[in-house]
Amino acid sequence: MNLLLKIWRQKGPNEQGKMVDYPVTDISEDMSFLEMLDILNDQLVVKGEEPVSFDHDCREGICGMCSLYINGQAHGPERLITTCQLHMRSFKDGETIYIEPWRAKAFPVVKDLVVDRGAFDRIMNVGGFVSVNTGGAQDANCLPVSKIDADKAFDAATCIGCGACVATCKNSSAMLFVSAKVSQLALLPQGKIEATERVLNMVEQMDVEGFGNCTNTGACEVECPKGISLENIARMNREYIVAGVMSEEKKEVTGGF
Amino acid sequence: MGLTGFFLITFLVVHASINACIWFNDGGETFTFYAHFMGTNTIVHFMEAGLFVGLILHVVDGLLLWKQNRDARPVQYAYNNPRKNSTWYSRSMALLGTLILLFLVIHLYDFWAPNRVEYVTTGEEKDLFQMMQERFESLPIVILYCAGCFSLFWHLLHGFKSAFQSLGLNHSKYNKAIEVAGIAFAIIVPAVFALMPISMYFHLVH
Repeated sequence: MNLLLKIWRQKGPNEQGKMVDYPVTDISEDMSFLEMLDILNDQLVVKGEEPVSFDHDCREGICGMCSLYINGQAHGPERLITTCQLHMRSFKDGETIYIEPWRAKAFPVVKDLVVDRGAFDRIMNVGGFVSVNTGGAQDANCLPVSKIDADKAFDAATCIGCGACVATCKNSSAMLFVSAKVSQLALLPQGKIEATERVLNMVEQMDVEGFGNCTNTGACEVECPKGISLENIARMNREYIVAGVMSEEKKEVTGGF
Repeated sequence: MGLTGFFLITFLVVHASINACIWFNDGGETFTFYAHFMGTNTIVHFMEAGLFVGLILHVVDGLLLWKQNRDARPVQYAYNNPRKNSTWYSRSMALLGTLILLFLVIHLYDFWAPNRVEYVTTGEEKDLFQMMQERFESLPIVILYCAGCFSLFWHLLHGFKSAFQSLGLNHSKYNKAIEVAGIAFAIIVPAVFALMPISMYFHLVH
């Protein structure tokens, strides 16, 4: 396959970036998308040019490190996969492929296609945990969990925090990510104790980071590589409304309901 | 947005129901009876003030969201393909809302404002039925009203079910019903509104 790549190049966080054309030839359709970029980078190094920086780690779809906005879609044209699971057979010979970093104020570009997703870590720091003191493990039967709740919590917990929801959302909203992290704990007895503070703190931090608001277009759910459901966003909205009305703490509620 | 949206949806039901009385073809008698009640009852006047507050909150909230959401992405994509993951009308609520607002200004100027001015100055009401008949003699006005209703259709098509989601009302048992009700509401209410100027233009209402 011969392809024309249009890739966002940006030397550093404060530098001006631009789209640069890179023709690549003899690409096998069995290659993964990242292998194709590896080949491009090999060629650039041989030519003495700066290789294209992009995030990647496990390359098997579970770490959430790879990103890339490919031809106008997060993780490319296929459903329920990350960029590392995308193969060149999804493209046609002679196609022009646009490759851009996630675009959001809260995800500043570090270099080329690499963005800083530290905002997600800071959201997790204020509530994405349960405060359990260590000690002798109690009998599991002391904490019964219904099968439905266990499944829903697990589904929410499959979020790998890649940021495709933010990249895809026309508002750069992080609601799908935050709601998955709120839900995976709120559904389980261990997480219920801190549920009120958790949802208030995480939503507050989400706003501080400069993410946009949810307008329910549903784009995030479609592009999410793990298929996280919009049901989680509704659950977070419920938790947030109840927490705002019922909580003992005085916290400003800043939702756009 | 969801709360104020629901509030405005209830107003649409009242407005559409009363105006649909023109189709009794009794020279506007039933319509005028209810319109007179709505125009002169003190409690309704307070509700009307509440309606304007609700409308303004909806608009201001919407504009704030639009501003914040625009600021959340300072650098746009060189190439974006949102059609693959969402409907155009769900992404264009601010635009559709602005079109509806522009229509609303014209609409209030046509009927509500002259009637209120008359009521405040003389204590009498205008003949709204006759005003409608005169106004909808003009084809451009009829087209303008239909365009307003068309914007409302798209706005409701997303807004109705979106309001439920925003308020956390999402349940696998009822989602389908909410979606179907939303589509039905988005079609029926704007269609009822649009049929008024159309049927008046073709003199189907006496």
